[in-house]
Amino acid sequence: MIELAAMTTVCAVEAVPLEGGVAALVDGEAVAVFRTHAGEVFALGNVDPFSGASVLSRGIVGTRGDVPVVSSPMYKQAFDLRTGQCVDDPAVSVPSYDVAVVDGVVVVGSPREAA
Amino acid sequence: MTKRQRIVVVGHGMVGHRFAQAAVERGLTETHDVVIFGEEPRAAYDRVGLTSWFGQGSEALSLLPGGEYDDPRVRLVIDSVVTEIDRVARTVTVVSPPSAVGDLLAHPGAVTVHDYDVLVLATGAAPFVPPVEGRGRSGCFVYRTIEDLEAIQAASASATSGIVIGGGLLGLEAANALVQLGLDTHVVEMAPRLMPVQLDGAAGSTLVRHVEKLGVSVHTGVLTEEIEGGDAVTGLRVRQAGTEEGAPTTTIEAQVVVFSAGIRPRDALARECDLETAPRGGVLVDEQCRTADPHVFAIGECAAPGGTMYGLVAPGYAMAEVVVDALLDGPGTFTGADMSTKLKLLGVDVASFGDAFATTEGALELTYADAVSGVYKKLVVSEDGRRLLGGILVGDASAYGILRPMVSSGLALPDNPEQLILPASSGAPMGMPDEAQVCSCNDVTKADILHAVAEQGCESVADVKQCTRAGTTCGSCVPTVKNLVEEHFASLGKVVDKGLCEHFRLTRQELFDVVAVHGYRRFDDIVEAHGTGRGCDICKPAIASILASQTSTHILEPATAELQDTNDKYLGNIQRNGTYSVVPRIPGGEITPDKLIVIGEVARDYGLYTKITGGQRIDLFGARIDQLPAIWRRLVDAGFESGHAYGKSLRTVKSCVGSTWCRYGVQDSVGLAIALELRYRGLRSPHKLKGGVSGCARECAEARGKDFGVIATEKGWNLYVGGNGGANPAHARLLAGDLDTATLVAYLDRFLMYYVRTADRLQRTSTWIEHLEGGLDRVREVVVDDSLGLGAELEAEMARHVGSYEDEWRATLEDPSKLERFVTFVNAPGTPDPTIEFTTERGQIQPIAPALIPVGAPA
Ligand code: SRM
Ligand SMILES: Cc1cc2nc3c(=O)[nH]c(=O)nc-3n(C[C@H](O)[C@H](O)[C@H](O)COP(=O)(O)OP(=O)(O)OC[C@H]3O[C@@H](n4cnc5c(N)ncnc54)[C@H](O)[C@@H]3O)c2cc1C
Ligand code: SF4
Ligand code: FES
Repeated sequence: MIELAAMTTVCAVEAVPLEGGVAALVDGEAVAVFRTHAGEVFALGNVDPFSGASVLSRGIVGTRGDVPVVSSPMYKQAFDLRTGQCVDDPAVSVPSYDVAVVDGVVVVGSPREAA
Repeated sequence: MTKRQRIVVVGHGMVGHRFAQAAVERGLTETHDVVIFGEEPRAAYDRVGLTSWFGQGSEALSLLPGGEYDDPRVRLVIDSVVTEIDRVARTVTVVSPPSAVGDLLAHPGAVTVHDYDVLVLATGAAPFVPPVEGRGRSGCFVYRTIEDLEAIQAASASATSGIVIGGGLLGLEAANALVQLGLDTHVVEMAPRLMPVQLDGAAGSTLVRHVEKLGVSVHTGVLTEEIEGGDAVTGLRVRQAGTEEGAPTTTIEAQVVVFSAGIRPRDALARECDLETAPRGGVLVDEQCRTADPHVFAIGECAAPGGTMYGLVAPGYAMAEVVVDALLDGPGTFTGADMSTKLKLLGVDVASFGDAFATTEGALELTYADAVSGVYKKLVVSEDGRRLLGGILVGDASAYGILRPMVSSGLALPDNPEQLILPASSGAPMGMPDEAQVCSCNDVTKADILHAVAEQGCESVADVKQCTRAGTTCGSCVPTVKNLVEEHFASLGKVVDKGLCEHFRLTRQELFDVVAVHGYRRFDDIVEAHGTGRGCDICKPAIASILASQTSTHILEPATAELQDTNDKYLGNIQRNGTYSVVPRIPGGEITPDKLIVIGEVARDYGLYTKITGGQRIDLFGARIDQLPAIWRRLVDAGFESGHAYGKSLRTVKSCVGSTWCRYGVQDSVGLAIALELRYRGLRSPHKLKGGVSGCARECAEARGKDFGVIATEKGWNLYVGGNGGANPAHARLLAGDLDTATLVAYLDRFLMYYVRTADRLQRTSTWIEHLEGGLDRVREVVVDDSLGLGAELEAEMARHVGSYEDEWRATLEDPSKLERFVTFVNAPGTPDPTIEFTTERGQIQPIAPALIPVGAPA
């Protein structure tokens, strides 16, 4: 169950480009918020584990098979938007965050436990 | 343990080199050392492709680019001539450099003596210069080595017309070269037709019409009387063949004369040590290419196995293999060779193969001629009509790839053999037996090629070329190789997948056409109609680039912004720590002191790392995403605009200082470079594009290392295309010469648009040209000859690009909705990215590598 009170307000949902992302500051951490073509909203840690740079929100959003992904702008590895799992390297993942759209506003919660 | 044997090879030409390669590949160097002495100042090069030196230069022709073999047991000594063989002592005498011969006093110590256990003569042949009066005048040349071509090129610079004596295969090639050097060109042939050895009368006269279209005046049936002039040639006096001595003569004016009247084997060394030579020249050898002295072999054009010398490279290669085999105690023999020939002349298709003159008892001839289109084809078939013996093709040699192997393999002819040369069925697929030889230069059969694709993992024509050598010499078999490779994969039901990525089965070129035909403007429409899923980092930027080429709208418009690769998305280049670089455009590398000061001030005020780039610009590194708009503002206000270091688009047009300052410059290279950079800036293309303009042949702008390079000449500009540095460097090759500026720009417009339309994603111009059927000749047909009638359309497309160009930075600054993306955090606009940190090195900032998150541990 997501506790709305503990979540950080990020921006209006329209401010997240369709099939694009924005970075937000959530409890001092950089979080990337994405919106897919279908209008679903996801949140992952913004730091690309392959380069260490805080840039995932600037990647290209698309699909790998049925999986919605963002590919890192640095070296192009793709991450599953739903879980943060790297699709190109099973040993690597980034944190994924609880996220919701409330009255047209995106709110982000805490990192989920790794599956 | 037996002592290692030493093989001395005399001559490092095509065949000597093949001998060394075969010795390494087949393990002969396990027991033998190989020492090669070559007279020329460089390692072996592709003499067959000699004419392409004019466009490509020496390096592209080299067969041994580093000048050394990987196997240390093979040693190459160039610039050294063998002057004597002592067969009793088994030694050779070597003088280096060759110019020291006869002048040993001036070069003490230049003579060395070397032992051999086995001696291989691979001295090739020399052009035959008939004893015409005046042949010693300056301006007379032969056509055999790179030095010959250098001399011809230099002499042509101040000449207006040139004559080639000899209308054979090589003579026509030389004539074509003279045409390209801008000379008014004549070919003089004693026989009543061109290529008398390979062609019959009808074929010869068809060929004359083609050659004349290239701008060559052909004089057949004429005798050369005298080369006129003082020290230097002024012309050639000729007389009709069949007329009496003293009959009236005419003079053809020329300042350059090239002899191409046949070749003579270089067999003098052998004769001097009393080895027998054949009556018509060539070291006499047996089927193992061995002379009467068991320690001495001869291969290539200097050899005459069974008394016949062969003036082609393929028999020479076969001889090299035979000798390596003999030294390994193998059974190989050389028993004759296919003398088929195909002219490599630009735009003229001529092939002659097998028994072209129907000399076989009872042979029948089938001919097809179409005078209007200039096509002549002849098949020579056996008396019973069952077997193909030979043939001649002029004007359309497309069937050569199928017909020649039919001769060598003795495949039974179909019932109506004339179908093979009638236009409707030309090139009709014909089952070819496995043993049919597809590449005659390198003796590669159909079976070898199928083996390469089926067993050795070759996946493309390029792989097959590398693995079998097929198609790497004269190139005439490449279309057949390509067909075989494609047929093979098609038969496995495997469509060679050229699709862009998992979302599109189409190639970039197909997508480009689909977008143009339907007039699409949005990725969504394209992927719904022609793809699957929602795209990825491969197809989205590719489609963004196609849309940009066709619509010229700002790349950050809502419809395309999210398709852009990260650098385009932020109009700068991302750096390892997530900051960006800014590289203001400095067209042609020319910049005023005031602008230099602005760059310095901006860099200082924002604390950016500053570096001069390899592209004659100044790069400012370390800008945070939220600082970019303010930095651009300062630059735009000072008159700068977006420098594309991002984007698959034009980078820079590098210039040298040129005629405005340089004492050697012959044209204003800076002016042209600036004009070209401004013309093509912002053009979105399959890969990045770079240009260069040099003010003279010294080439200080390294223009031939660029996708398009322009080099000034006395008369205008030479245009080179297809060069690049990077991972696989390529030298640009000559597309057209001595152009005025307007023509140059028209050709460049066409060239670039043709590339933008048809290249694959991330294909630089060099790879694109390489993969284009017909290669550079094809590009020239489309761009220069306008064979597709596309010229005006391509120019109009470029005009639209030029007319609609806008500075991407300025347009972004003027549109608040586009500026929204330039924040670090949407919910905390003022907060900088805490992961970005710098230290100081040599007085400037440097990024501190962000701590990598341990792999596998979601932090
Ligand atoms: C800044 C510079 C190096 C320098 O400090 O001098 C540079 C920097 C980069 N080069 Fe380069 N190249 C620079 C000159 C060159 C040159 C030399 C030249 O242009 O004279 C070459 C070889 C010539 C050529 O391209 O034909 C060169 C061959 C490459 C390649 C390999 C291309 C290839 O076809 O193999 C890449 C990779 C690519 O484009 O895919 C590349 C890619 C890059 C990128 C864009 C890599 C990236 O994606 O981050 C670098 C980022 C630039 C930036 O952040 O601003 N850079 N790069 C030079 C910028 C020149 C300019 O003003 O535009
Ligand atoms: C313009 C041109 C186009 C051609 N086109 C074709 C074609 O389309 N198809 C085809 O099959 N063939 C073609 N040929 C012929 C082909 O190039 C030759 O058959 C081939 O080069 C022969 O190889 P080789 O090694 O025997 O001789 P070369 O390649 O001539 O090599 C002999 C080498 O030995 C050196 N040498 C000679 N004497 C000495 C000595 N005493 N000491 C040291 N070194 C010595 C020479 O300098 C030379 O470098 C063409 C030739 C030319 C010039
Ligand atoms: S290429 Fe020629 S004109 Fe240009 S700087 Fe060099 S020498 Fe001078
Ligand atoms: S036939 Fe000359 S390269 Fe194949």
